[in-house]
Amino acid sequence: MTRGTIDKIAGPLVVADGMKDARMYDLVYVSDYNLIGEVIELKGDKASIQVYEETGGLKPGDPVTATGKPLSVELGPGLVTAIYDGIQRPLDEIRKVAGDWITRGISIRGLDHEKEWDFTPVATVGLNVTGGEILGEVPETKIIIHKVMVPPEVSGEITWMIEAGKYNIDTVIAKLKTPDGSTVDLTMYHNWPVRKPRPIAKKRAPEEPLITGQRVIDAFFPLGKGGTACVPGPFGSGKTVIQHQLAKWADAEMVIYVGCGERGNEMTDVLQEFPELEDPKTGEPLIFRTVLVANTSNMPVAAREASVYTGITIGEYFRDMGYSVALMADSTSRWAEAMREISGRLEEMPGEEGYPAYLGTRIAEFYERAGNVKCLGGDRNGALTVVGAVSPAGGDLSDPVVQATLRVVKVFWSLQAKLAYARHFPAIGWLDSYSLYTDNLKEYYNEELGTEWVPMIKEAISLLQQEANLLEIARLVGAESLSPEDQLILFTSRSLREDFLHQNAFHEIDTYTSINKQKIMMEVIMHTNAEMKKAIRNGVAPGELFELPLKEEIARMSYIPEERLDDIEEIKIHVNSQINDLIEKEQTA
Amino acid sequence: MIKEYTTTVEISGPLMLVDGVEGVAYEELVEIELPAGEIRHGKVLEIDSRMALVQLFEGSSGTDISRSKVRFLGKQVELGVSEEMLGRVFDGQGRPRAPFDTAPPIVPEKMMDINGAPINPYARDYPAEFIQTGFSSIDGINTLVRGQKLPVFSGSGLPHSAVAAQIARQARVVGEGESFAVVFAAMGITFEEADYFIRDFRKTGAMDRAVVFLNLASDPAIERISTPRMALTAAEYLAYEKDMHILVILTDMTNYCDALREISAARKEVPGRRGYPGYLYTDLASIYERAGRIKGRKGSITQIPILTMPEDDKTHPIPDLTGYITEGQLILNRELHKKGIYPPMDVMESLSRLKDKGIGKGKTREDHADLFNQLMAAYSAGKDARELAVILGAAALSSLDQKYLEFAEEYEKRYISQGEHENRNIEETLDLGWELLKLLPRGEMKRIDPGRLDKYWPVSEEDGPS
Repeated sequence: MTRGTIDKIAGPLVVADGMKDARMYDLVYVSDYNLIGEVIELKGDKASIQVYEETGGLKPGDPVTATGKPLSVELGPGLVTAIYDGIQRPLDEIRKVAGDWITRGISIRGLDHEKEWDFTPVATVGLNVTGGEILGEVPETKIIIHKVMVPPEVSGEITWMIEAGKYNIDTVIAKLKTPDGSTVDLTMYHNWPVRKPRPIAKKRAPEEPLITGQRVIDAFFPLGKGGTACVPGPFGSGKTVIQHQLAKWADAEMVIYVGCGERGNEMTDVLQEFPELEDPKTGEPLIFRTVLVANTSNMPVAAREASVYTGITIGEYFRDMGYSVALMADSTSRWAEAMREISGRLEEMPGEEGYPAYLGTRIAEFYERAGNVKCLGGDRNGALTVVGAVSPAGGDLSDPVVQATLRVVKVFWSLQAKLAYARHFPAIGWLDSYSLYTDNLKEYYNEELGTEWVPMIKEAISLLQQEANLLEIARLVGAESLSPEDQLILFTSRSLREDFLHQNAFHEIDTYTSINKQKIMMEVIMHTNAEMKKAIRNGVAPGELFELPLKEEIARMSYIPEERLDDIEEIKIHVNSQINDLIEKEQTA
Repeated sequence: MIKEYTTTVEISGPLMLVDGVEGVAYEELVEIELPAGEIRHGKVLEIDSRMALVQLFEGSSGTDISRSKVRFLGKQVELGVSEEMLGRVFDGQGRPRAPFDTAPPIVPEKMMDINGAPINPYARDYPAEFIQTGFSSIDGINTLVRGQKLPVFSGSGLPHSAVAAQIARQARVVGEGESFAVVFAAMGITFEEADYFIRDFRKTGAMDRAVVFLNLASDPAIERISTPRMALTAAEYLAYEKDMHILVILTDMTNYCDALREISAARKEVPGRRGYPGYLYTDLASIYERAGRIKGRKGSITQIPILTMPEDDKTHPIPDLTGYITEGQLILNRELHKKGIYPPMDVMESLSRLKDKGIGKGKTREDHADLFNQLMAAYSAGKDARELAVILGAAALSSLDQKYLEFAEEYEKRYISQGEHENRNIEETLDLGWELLKLLPRGEMKRIDPGRLDKYWPVSEEDGPS
């Protein structure tokens, strides 16, 4: 252990003397308050330390102790349902110790070391195991079976295994004889440094979509399991609502929600809502598959920088168990700003807009930790999907954080203020957004939704693109002077926008739409389009078509519950009869 | 025994560099005695083993290098608080402020660190109680709830003061008789503006339940850094220790940010956008996030910061970063103001993020959410039609577009616009919404749940009262 003394204090940055033996990214304790910090620069025997707590009251000469270990998280049973700060201190426990406000120097471990868990061994004595292999199982919540694994960098022969029973996480559950002959005691948990990606056996391209129940995402700009997406947008465009919707409804088995430098009340919202909302797949409370990392905007800025790493490390851990994990980071801009603030205090040469020159590298490294993988040790597949919100200054997409993010992510959901003002939610623009997974996922769609799905979506997108051009013309000459065919494009596009893409996150039924319902809804709209086209060819006036009562029925599709999909299917029959009546009238006239 | 230093080596802008200091802590409170005996205050901004960089709250005019005496007081900046603060007017450092207040200083019940501490997100209670402000454009569309932070984005010459004073006057939680106590912090505003608020508070009797902190345009700019923190410390004391519901009005945050920029520039920090420091977001968050409710405590803090957008530009760093921290924003619009509409609320660009939990059955009325969505969609369509009419002429609009255009006009005239002393209750606001929607065909009501539509607009009234 290296002991030094404080030389200088400037905001979250402390410079300490006598730190010759400290290593980069070592965890250090600062002053007698034992504030937690991390070494981020070494010069001679001076170490620059970013401190994860308020530094007010520190004095030059106060002691600094380096632990010789990097900033790590505890991984084991007890993670699910937890709410942590940026450096994995449980906020509920902090409240018990410190009261309603977060004070300094509180040291609480990430996992409960007293609580006993039902452990059932899976591995047996004599087995040769490598990192990642499963030793036993713990039913952590009603939804999540926690797989207790051999830590990634350990291997050997099992010489002893505990019997099934209730144990706390400090209990030795297995002993390994390593190749070099020494014995390793294994418990239900291990530590892992947050800045180091957990190893995997093999990475591959996403093959399945992450179904989110959000129509504009699932149908138009799907995200693959193990993929990456970003949601940039100005304030008020609904970034957080989208992140919450994904955390609620995405068909991932585990959800990690990182609130990085955002509002305190948003975390409270998640905390109060998730225990009550049901997971659509299992019917159990959503909190049973959720881990929250909350470092709100008024909490210390350096811990904000650590929070995304804490979150993704926990995500990787559940991925290693073979789960499909989704991580939402809201907002990565705050993480980048924390980097900028620390970099400024270090007096580094700034890159764009004061951000450090390594901004792009850090962002790329972070998103690269996502993936659809074959897990280490055994034949399991896991996926870690990462969705990052970005809050560009002034909503301007030329922002360095947005640009650095777009270079790595494969899905771009472009939030538009104009849509948000018109209360078109989710405010994901259909002209600018993209998903590079559509080709990868084609096979899946053909199998699950039939071969007609992909072409149907292409047609819908093309209609919306044509609409954008036509609206320009209509603005000049008036919609009535367009050809009947073009008027139909405007009519159908409006229906696509208002009856399909618009979705009310706060309506109990509309908030989640299964992929099957999405398909039927889309079919109704496109079927109507086709029938109307036929009618127009038969000379029916567009005005008459557009006034048909079928319009109201289509508008109400999204409110029809999942159990009554036949009712939506039936709309097609009404469409046929109403339009045919008009055609017949036209022909008899 | 407190040591006295006369080793100042540099004074630059609001900063003072003191050499050879010992045992000084970061953020410690500093007292500076000028040669004439005047006492100034400051705090330690940066410290190393030899030098302390001190930020002067009252500015550096009159200080000198050789004779100013510097004392480090061994504590952080604190505010003495007690219930006696109600009805009083203080300056930016918590002393009675003449000529508004000539009474002797209060006897503090306790001293509180003005920086506060972050509320544990786990201890927060989600704001969900509807506050009726009496403005339809707020209550109906951008509903305010208790414990929310909802800023007013304004521009020079727009009536933000009148709007804020009216909110302070009318704000009530429906079903509770008790009104809010107001904590008012003024940063760099003119005497006239300050006088307007204080007179309004006195006239309506609100002053008995108000605490005012004033830093006027003529007061030292650097003092503006501590003014809102003083005010919030007083608010926290009253809310969480005396169980009161507090409405905090902070005006004008733009002046606050400019003071922050001044210090940053004096420290020669790498500037961010428009010269504001890179930590502006974090700094603003340390003010705005002090709003809220806490589980198990009766009181609450609702914040209404006011800021003027330079050139009415919403993407300027101050409104931009504020919008990312606060739970929505109320935007005042110059065009509406010119049309004579008061309050000139831009309902399209305004937003209350917390409204969803504060409205609906048992809070306002079951139809509120749908009604709100439909009104917004209709107004948006109406504004599009208005644009179209400018290009094509009103006669060329389709009959549907004409109806939307008419709706938009009526909506601005009757719904958004109201008197400076008109206090509409929520029922009146909601009913007015339905009345206006009936200017449109019933088939256009796509955002309203079919069951509710039938209830509030029975099919029998196919096209509404004409």
